[in-house]
Amino acid sequence: MSDIFEILLTAGFWAATIRIVSPLIFGTLGELICERAGVLNLGIEGIMTVGAMSGWMWVYQGGGLWGGVLFAACLGALFGLLHAGFTVHLGLSQHVTGIGITLFASALSYFVSRMLLPSATTPPKIEPFQELPIPVLSDLPIIGEALFSQSPLTYLAILAVPVTWYVLYRTPLGLAVRMAGENPVAVEAQGINVLAVRTGAVAVGSALMAIGGAFITMSWFDAFYFGMINGRGWICVALVIFASWRPGKALVGALLFAGLEALQVRAQQSAGAFIPYQFFLALPYVMSILAMVVMARKAKYPHALLVPFRRGERV
Amino acid sequence: MPALEFRGVTKRFGSLTANDAVSLVIEPGEVLALLGENGAGKTTLMNILFGHYQADQGEILVDGKPLAPGSTQAAINAGVGMVHQHFTLAANLTVLENIMLGTEGLWSWRQNTKAARDKIAAMARDYGLQVDPDALVGDISVGERQRVEILKALYRDARILILDEPTAVLTPQEADSLFATLKSLTEKGLAVIFISHKLHEILAVSDRVAVLRRGAMVGSVVTKDADKAQLAEMMVGRTVTRPKPEPMQAGKAILEISRLTTSGDSAAALADVSLTVHAHEIIGIAGVSGNGQQALADVLCGLASGFSGTVQLHGAPLPAGRPRAIVNAGVGRIPEDRHARGVVGDMEIWENLISEDLRSDAVSRWGIVDRGRATARAEKQIAEFDVRCEGPDAETKLLSGGNMQKLILARALSREPSFILANQPVRGLDEGAIAYVQERLLEARARGAGILLISEDLDELMALSDRIAVLSHGRLSEALPSEARSIAEIGLMMAGQDGGEKAA
Repeated sequence: MSDIFEILLTAGFWAATIRIVSPLIFGTLGELICERAGVLNLGIEGIMTVGAMSGWMWVYQGGGLWGGVLFAACLGALFGLLHAGFTVHLGLSQHVTGIGITLFASALSYFVSRMLLPSATTPPKIEPFQELPIPVLSDLPIIGEALFSQSPLTYLAILAVPVTWYVLYRTPLGLAVRMAGENPVAVEAQGINVLAVRTGAVAVGSALMAIGGAFITMSWFDAFYFGMINGRGWICVALVIFASWRPGKALVGALLFAGLEALQVRAQQSAGAFIPYQFFLALPYVMSILAMVVMARKAKYPHALLVPFRRGERV
Repeated sequence: MPALEFRGVTKRFGSLTANDAVSLVIEPGEVLALLGENGAGKTTLMNILFGHYQADQGEILVDGKPLAPGSTQAAINAGVGMVHQHFTLAANLTVLENIMLGTEGLWSWRQNTKAARDKIAAMARDYGLQVDPDALVGDISVGERQRVEILKALYRDARILILDEPTAVLTPQEADSLFATLKSLTEKGLAVIFISHKLHEILAVSDRVAVLRRGAMVGSVVTKDADKAQLAEMMVGRTVTRPKPEPMQAGKAILEISRLTTSGDSAAALADVSLTVHAHEIIGIAGVSGNGQQALADVLCGLASGFSGTVQLHGAPLPAGRPRAIVNAGVGRIPEDRHARGVVGDMEIWENLISEDLRSDAVSRWGIVDRGRATARAEKQIAEFDVRCEGPDAETKLLSGGNMQKLILARALSREPSFILANQPVRGLDEGAIAYVQERLLEARARGAGILLISEDLDELMALSDRIAVLSHGRLSEALPSEARSIAEIGLMMAGQDGGEKAA
């Protein structure tokens, strides 16, 4: 037990937590926006892969870091539009389409990276985002280093939480998005184009997912490897349910998961002698399943999630 | 100048003409009742006005100016507001959010909730539409939700308000308060279109009545010169009288329920219920819904098997919890909720018609459905039970309520069941369909079936039943001949006061 407390007091633990949480925040917010509009986006895993590959490749080919982020976001939005085309406009199964997008986008990312770098035996590293310490605050002990000496993309992720909240809950557009996920007929009855609202939400949400993927190559591993998204997209889908579709709770959930993940890596090192390391690997996932069981029971589903809207059809 | 004018509006769905050259004029300050049976084209006409459908021919004028077809926004901007039969509200959002949706530019950076609250408060005061703007729509009553729908329309400065079957979901008290609201609206110069097929409401609330029949405008009359019989005849196209049962001698016992008790929620579970239904007999079960009707119906339909006591059909135990065995034992079932339990809306009519006898040789061979036989039989049943549809291949959800109920009757009664459970068989149906369903039930009675009729409509029960029993808090009173009790007495028993009589 005392080992765990020691870990919790190290700056390294907190810095790792914040690093792990950043892509999760982008992905969870992106998924949340899609689902609030009534569209489940299981393309998230693939879209994050696209973001990871394209941001890194942009920089490797000589582009700027922020240009890479923008490029990743645009490609993410493009795959979002593909998903919306099938699910929103054609009304196809959101599950099947999403998984198809994930398979397609992941495979395409690996294919393109091999095509562009046919002779590389290991993926080349890029010069990633540098830490941007915030004056004064970053000098605080432990939390200073962990919270206020981070990649600019991390600040962007944390900033995205209140912005998403504000747009969803305090602007007419956000109201239309939430209403589209609750009762699209009501949106239609007010003369707002449901299909356009949903398409827009899926595109923006997918762009955020792709930025989450870009974080992993541009601010963490500095290169693009096979299988590096490693289920983070699926974790985001679960976190949205954990968060009851609320941005603030999504941040809490993502932090919890990231904290467990950072903890398990360190616990492996200190207790690995007598407990098999697989136990620690599984720990964050077991904990998140338990948390979901508790939280999701009272979750308020968007009523029209998964329900395609067809104009002029009798119900 | 008329507030709203339809000129020769025609709309076809495939071979079905939903609106046939409909012309109609509404003046400011009047309540126009739009009367018609289910499927007469009332809702289609309103959907054209709101741009959900586009008319094949004709045009619509608001304040003398033509309305752009196919655009909801155009209708709203012209001052037309609609309260749909099925509310277009989001349960997880607040009243204020539901009202404000679409009233501000989508790209504005903030919502002006302060101004919205003030405006809603002013409307609530002027029209008596009290509702808490911060309540979640899912938490408020049905009557309050309707107020929210009306506020939504008024918030957009509607000058013409359309209410589609507004009282279908209201209690009598809520309906009265709605009528008072409509009065205050027309006093302020609004034009109101009131869509309904309930004659007594139309006579109470409207200034003028326009009647649609099979998509065409039959005519319009001033309400104060009209009476129920005249309107009913215009609506149905012939004189409709509800059938009256002939006196009949009850035969041998068909269904015997003895000391039936179910577990579960106290008021909705059955407690020690005993009842015998004989051949040539209709037993009416009166009661406020939620007092055990569902539990009783579930046992008799084979959907529940957890009970104590005995239920015997023709002297043999009812195969509890086994729907197919129950149907084969001669039980005909007319479920309470047509859409949820009666039919599968996404399947075709012929499929729903054979769903109770998939294993019968009449429709299948060695476990494979014989399309030809099934379709031929469906066509025969459709003709025999007057189901108005495009044919056996039409999707069932496209049927109106009355035609869907006829389909269920066709399925249940074609088997000539010896016992029929009719649970709210005419709820939500129009006059023509009500008379039809009741006639069919009386025919079955004449044939020798025993019928259990569960209903909340006391007039219906008094008219059809040989004997009536009252279900209250899961207890069933003794079934007495319907002449033996007054409506007032039954009303008291429904409320749980059993008028001096001990519950049997």
